[in-house]
Amino acid sequence: MKEFGYQRVLEVSEAIAVLGADPDARFLGGGTNLVDLMKTGVERPGRLVDIRELPLDHIEVTPDGGLHVGATVTNSDLAAHPEVRRRYPALTQAVLAGASGQLRNMATVGGNLLQRTRCGYFTDVAGPCNKRLPGSGCPAIEGEHHNHAIFSASEHCVATNPSDMGVALAAFDAVVHYETADGPGELPLADFYLPVGDTPHLETALPSGALITGVSLPPAPVAAHSRYRKVRERASYAFAIGSIAAALDVRDGVVQDVRLAFGAVAPRPWRALAAERALTGGPATAEAFAAAADAELAAAETLPHNGYKVPLMRNLVVAQLTELAEEAAR
Amino acid sequence: MAPSTSSVITLNINGEKYTLPVDHRTTLLDALREHLDLTGTKKGCDQGQCGACTVLLDGRRTVSCLQLAVAAEGREVTTIEGVAEGDQLHPVQQAFLDLDGYQCGYCTPGQICSALAVLEEHEAGWPSAVTADVSPEAGPPPLSPDEIRERMSGNLCRCGAYVSIVQAVARAAEVRATGAEEAVA
Repeated sequence: MKEFGYQRVLEVSEAIAVLGADPDARFLGGGTNLVDLMKTGVERPGRLVDIRELPLDHIEVTPDGGLHVGATVTNSDLAAHPEVRRRYPALTQAVLAGASGQLRNMATVGGNLLQRTRCGYFTDVAGPCNKRLPGSGCPAIEGEHHNHAIFSASEHCVATNPSDMGVALAAFDAVVHYETADGPGELPLADFYLPVGDTPHLETALPSGALITGVSLPPAPVAAHSRYRKVRERASYAFAIGSIAAALDVRDGVVQDVRLAFGAVAPRPWRALAAERALTGGPATAEAFAAAADAELAAAETLPHNGYKVPLMRNLVVAQLTELAEEAAR
Repeated sequence: MAPSTSSVITLNINGEKYTLPVDHRTTLLDALREHLDLTGTKKGCDQGQCGACTVLLDGRRTVSCLQLAVAAEGREVTTIEGVAEGDQLHPVQQAFLDLDGYQCGYCTPGQICSALAVLEEHEAGWPSAVTADVSPEAGPPPLSPDEIRERMSGNLCRCGAYVSIVQAVARAAEVRATGAEEAVA
């Protein structure tokens, strides 16, 4: 590991000033991803600015009835919060589906949004990777890619975003709040991750030197009827090969409101807007759910070894929406 | 100006204060084992994947291999050496002993520290990934074998002593519940 300086900050303004004064500095939250990547040399910061003691560790109900989650709230505290469990249960389920109890105690909401892909070529510093070493090539396209993207990838990178939390946040129209030396700003999660194109090393639209201060969730009554379901290669403590956050409001057999987002299929949490449009105002039947999934998956571009994700996601959509519709009918 | 890459820090471990110089790259795990001779905490993968290095930080379980020592300053660290009361084993330790919750023993300190936290988290009402209804109104689920397996899934055992580990955690939970009832009575 490269040597680095360490500084603990107690105020947001101080954090931004320290980071801004050193182009080699990085923020340290829980460190579950950053420290791991520093050990292997993927990340090589010259200074860590420890932000864990910033006053950003609160979850509050906003005046409009939504929620604001501070950036240093741990995954554990987010998942356990009564209002998250009551109003956005899929968010609690998504967070609990990720990592282990130990890692969830360490990991923070802000860090979760900025975690890097788990593509094996990205973490192997001995080989090429356009995300880690721009212009060096993408071995995954011809190589090991059974868990790579079917949406929105490019010829330069086919890696996925590994977050579970982000999938639920995408379904619920989360907004990312940040602070820079010039003042506060915000980005809808839908615009937070940049298109991959020929710049896979540029991952987010956060301005340079910005500190994520929190995430807000607008009020969404449909979110109270939501579920997160994750498919992985073992029963627990593994990254998804496909996951879904789904929320459904059905009255008299007609879909009033629906939210769908997919995980492990794209370089960002994938909001399934085509499927939502196909469903809204229509019947809540298995046939309609399958047709909506097909509408979304029509845009999928598969590689030789990840085509299974298309039927996997189709089945997840049908199963999850069927379960929610049956609950609504009870 | 290049920043200093080392610091003198004071760690609070099992109620005792230890002052030591550390290179900032030093993890809490290496500080415990290599600097302070507290070798009960074990190094497995050193990548946050196996749980052998689990300790409690401010009462919450963490993997000490991904925790920088310098960032643990000012926090309360509890390692396996701090779990028993003198010669009196903690009920979780006793349950692992009575039910053979280990084989080679290498993952055991991490398993026990994790199990301590599992009981606390469950008592605090935290749901898990296998909890059917996560709403606060549903209340905490019974600590069934499935719940224990899910909650302990961050601790790997290469000997495969999982069957006994689940039984040991269940026993420790029973002992804790009985103790709580007796305290009320």
